Amino acid sequence: MPSPRAAIVGYGTYVPRGRLSRSDVAAVLGSGTLKGSRSVASYDEDTTTMGVEAARRALAGTTPEPNLYFATTAPAYTDKTNASAIHAALNLPHEAFAVDLAGSVRGTVGALRAGSASGGLVVLADMRTGLPGSGDERDGGDGAAAFVFGEPSAAVAEIIGEASATSEFLDRWRAPGTSTSALWEERFGAEIYGPMVKDVAARCLVAAGVEQADHVVVSSPHLRTARSAARRLGGTTSVERHPGVGYTGAADPGLLLAAALDEAEPGQTILLVVAADGCDAILLRCTDRAAAARAEEPALRDIPYGTYLTWRGMLEREPPRRPEPDRPAGPPSARSQEWKFGLVGSRCTACSHVHMPAQRVCSNCRTVDEMEPVRLAEQLGTVATFTVDRLAFSLSPPVINIVLDLDGGGRLICQATDADPADVAIGTRMEMTFRRLYTAHGVHNYFWKARVAHSGTEPKDEV
Amino acid sequence: MASHGIRDRVAIVGMGCTPFGEHWDRSSDDLIVDAFKECLASTPGATVDDIDAYWLGTMGSGVSGLTLSRPLKLDYKPVTRVENYCSTGSEAVRNACYAVASGAYDCVMALGVEKLKDSGFSGLVVPAPAGDGTNPELSAPAVFSLLAPAYCDRFGVDEATMREVMTHIAYKNHVNGAKNGRAQFQKEVAKETITNSPLIAGQLGIFDCSGVSDGAACALIVRAEDAHKYTDSPIYVKALSFVAGPADGPMDPTYDYTTFREVTRCAQDAYGQAGITDPRTEISMAEVHDCFTPTELVLMEDLGFSERGEGWKDVLAGRFDLDGDLPINPDGGLKSFGHPIGATGLRMLLECWLQLRGEAGDRQLENPKLGLTHNLGGRPGGCVSFVSIVGGELG
Repeated sequence: MPSPRAAIVGYGTYVPRGRLSRSDVAAVLGSGTLKGSRSVASYDEDTTTMGVEAARRALAGTTPEPNLYFATTAPAYTDKTNASAIHAALNLPHEAFAVDLAGSVRGTVGALRAGSASGGLVVLADMRTGLPGSGDERDGGDGAAAFVFGEPSAAVAEIIGEASATSEFLDRWRAPGTSTSALWEERFGAEIYGPMVKDVAARCLVAAGVEQADHVVVSSPHLRTARSAARRLGGTTSVERHPGVGYTGAADPGLLLAAALDEAEPGQTILLVVAADGCDAILLRCTDRAAAARAEEPALRDIPYGTYLTWRGMLEREPPRRPEPDRPAGPPSARSQEWKFGLVGSRCTACSHVHMPAQRVCSNCRTVDEMEPVRLAEQLGTVATFTVDRLAFSLSPPVINIVLDLDGGGRLICQATDADPADVAIGTRMEMTFRRLYTAHGVHNYFWKARVAHSGTEPKDEV
Repeated sequence: MASHGIRDRVAIVGMGCTPFGEHWDRSSDDLIVDAFKECLASTPGATVDDIDAYWLGTMGSGVSGLTLSRPLKLDYKPVTRVENYCSTGSEAVRNACYAVASGAYDCVMALGVEKLKDSGFSGLVVPAPAGDGTNPELSAPAVFSLLAPAYCDRFGVDEATMREVMTHIAYKNHVNGAKNGRAQFQKEVAKETITNSPLIAGQLGIFDCSGVSDGAACALIVRAEDAHKYTDSPIYVKALSFVAGPADGPMDPTYDYTTFREVTRCAQDAYGQAGITDPRTEISMAEVHDCFTPTELVLMEDLGFSERGEGWKDVLAGRFDLDGDLPINPDGGLKSFGHPIGATGLRMLLECWLQLRGEAGDRQLENPKLGLTHNLGGRPGGCVSFVSIVGGELG
C-alpha cells in the first residue's frame, strides 16, 4: 500500500456497564433456559453518547485531522447529522467535517475507509434492539469503539490490504421508523455469505502478499456466518472475544479490532473480516509502538428485564403526576453549544474563578467580560454534597443529584448516573460523562452527568 | 445610599384570609372574592370606593391586574400584578405599603392568591422560559434536602439527632396548626409518624415537606395617622426588607449549604429599619418560611434567633414552641397551611395581625409586641428573601 495513507494512531472502546441476563429474559418469557448476558446501554445513553465516550478514550493525547466519520445502525436522529453532536461534545475545531454513515453495519467499513483515506476520527456505535424473545435481543449488545487515523510515523497499526464484494440479497432489514429488524431464514444467508467471505479474505491476503494473518477477527450480523467463517479462517468472533457483551452491530468490528490491537505483538498482522450485505476484509500490520493501555472497566450492573424493556420503549409504564419536561429549544441550545455539548465554562482572567456555565460577570470579583473559555469535561471532581430525589421523574429512579466540585475549580450541580444511592457519598470521586437527559417531542436533551470514577483518581496535592 | 425603611408611617387596618386547602369547589376568582369580602367586613369604616389602588400577588394563577379587577369588578382602579417566587404575597404588601408611604394614595389593598390544585400535578410547577435543557432539574424537596447533610457535616450533628430536630419542627408546627381553623391540616401528628414517613428526597420524608393547597389573603393599608379612622387596633409596619442574591451558590465551591446568605442580609436590613438590636428578645413571634423542616432550622440562625450552629439545640429545647421564648409559626406555618404562593406572605401577616390584636384564640400569645414575617423563594445558593416587622403600637 502507498504510505501516505493514514494509519491508526489511537483507539478506544466503550461498553456500557449494564448487563441483561439471558436467564432473566427466559424466565419472564417462559422460553426455556439461556446462559450468559448482553450489554445494555442505560436509559440515558444512545449511540451518540456511547460514541462520545469511546472517542474521548481514543483521542487522549492525539490531535487528528478535522474529519469525523460516525457509523451506526441506530442513529438518535435521522434527517439530522448525529456526528455534529459528537463533534460538539468532543469540542473539536469549527473547521471540521462531520458526517454519519448510518443505516447498516457496512457503514462501519465505510467509516474506516474514509478515516484511513483522509485521516481523522472514526466513531462506531450501536444499540442492538430486537422484539422480546428475538435473536437480536438475546445475542445483540450495545457498545462503541473509536479509531484515530493520522500520520504513519505515529502509527499503532497500518492498513496493508483490503478487499470487498457486494451482493443484493434479503437477509435482514428494518423499515424506517421501526425499532427492530426482520430476518430471512438463516440458512439462506449462510448460503450467500459463506463463499463470499472465503473469496474476500483470500483476495485481501494475496493482494498484501501475506500468507496467513497472525490474528483473524470476524464480524457479521449473520451470526452463523461469523461463527463458521471464524472457524475456517482460524479466527474469533465477539462471542469468544467479548463474552457477556454480545454482537454490537456497527461497533462490533471496532471492538474486535481494538481487542486484537491490544494483544498483537509488534510486526504482527490482523485480518478484520466484516460480512454485511457483502463482505469486506482489512489487513493491518502492527508497529512497534505500544498499544494504548486499556481503561479499567468499572463494576457491571445487572439490569432487570422489565427495566430494560421500559428503557427501550417496549413496556409503557404509569407516568408520574408531574409535567412532561420541555424540549430543549433550538436557539438557546445553539447559543450554549459549547456548554451544553462541550462542557466549556469560563475562567475569569482577573481572579481565575471558574464558572459553570460561562458567565459575563465574575461571581467572585464582579469583573465584567474578562473571561476565557475552559473545557471541563475531562476534569475529575469530588462530591461536596448530594441528595436522592424520589419525586423527580426518571426511567431509572431514584435520581441522585450531586453538588460536584471539580479539580482546578468549578462547581456543578448534576445527576450521578450508573450509580445506586449507596455508591455516592460526600467525598466520592467522580468523572464526567456525556448523556441524554431525556427526550421531549422528539428532541434529545444531551448534557453531562457524572459517574463514579475508577480507583486511583484521588485529587493531586496542590503545590 | 441607605435602606431607610418606612417605620411607623403605614398601618394595616383590615385583613381577610380564606381557609387554605384543596378547594376543588372554588376558583381563584372565588378565593379572591372570599378574601376581599372578609377584609372589608373586618373594617366597617371602609368600602370598596375607599380603596385607591391594588397590588395583586400571584405566581401562576393569572397574569396582569385584570386577574383581580375582573372578579371584583373594580371600577377603573390601578392594579399591579407582582411575582417574586415564594415571596410573591409579601412583595404585594411591600409595594402597596410604599405607595401609601409615598403619598400617592390614601388607602390601598394587597391581595395574594394561588390556585395550585387545578394542575393535577404533585408539588409545585414553576413555568420556565425556553432554555437549552442544561439547568439542573431538582425538585424543591431535593434541593432543600441538601441543607440537612451539610448542616450535620459542618456542625458535627449526627444523623439521628438531625432527624429528631426535623421531627420536632414538623411536630411543633402541626401542634400549632391543630389550633387554627384556617389551616389545611388541623390535626396533631405523632412524632413517630413524622419520623417514619416515606422518604421524598434525601433525609426528607413526606412530613418534612409543606403541603400543596389553594388560598387567598389580603390586607388593607393606610397612612399611620389615618389608621384609627378605620379600626381601634391597627398594626404598624416597622420594617420591610427584600433581597435578591447573585444566585451563585450552585457554581461557588465556597457555598456550603448551611445558610441562606440572602436571608442574613435581609434580616440585618429589617432589624436596622426597625431599630432592633437583639431580635432574640425584641421579637415576640415570627412566621417563617418552613417549606421544609431543615429550612426552618437554618432560618433560626440566619434570622439571628439562634447562634450559628446552635439552632438545633434551641429547637430541641422547645425555644420556638408556642409556649417557648420565641414562638415560631404559631399559626402552624407552611407545614399546616400548605403554600399557595401568592397568598402565603399575607397569611403570615394575618397571624401577626391576630396575635397583636389579641384575636388568636387558642394560639394567643401573652402580650406580643413585635411580629416578624419571613419568606424565601428560590433555593439554597440562590434565592429571594423578604422580612417584615410589624407592631401593635407606634414608636
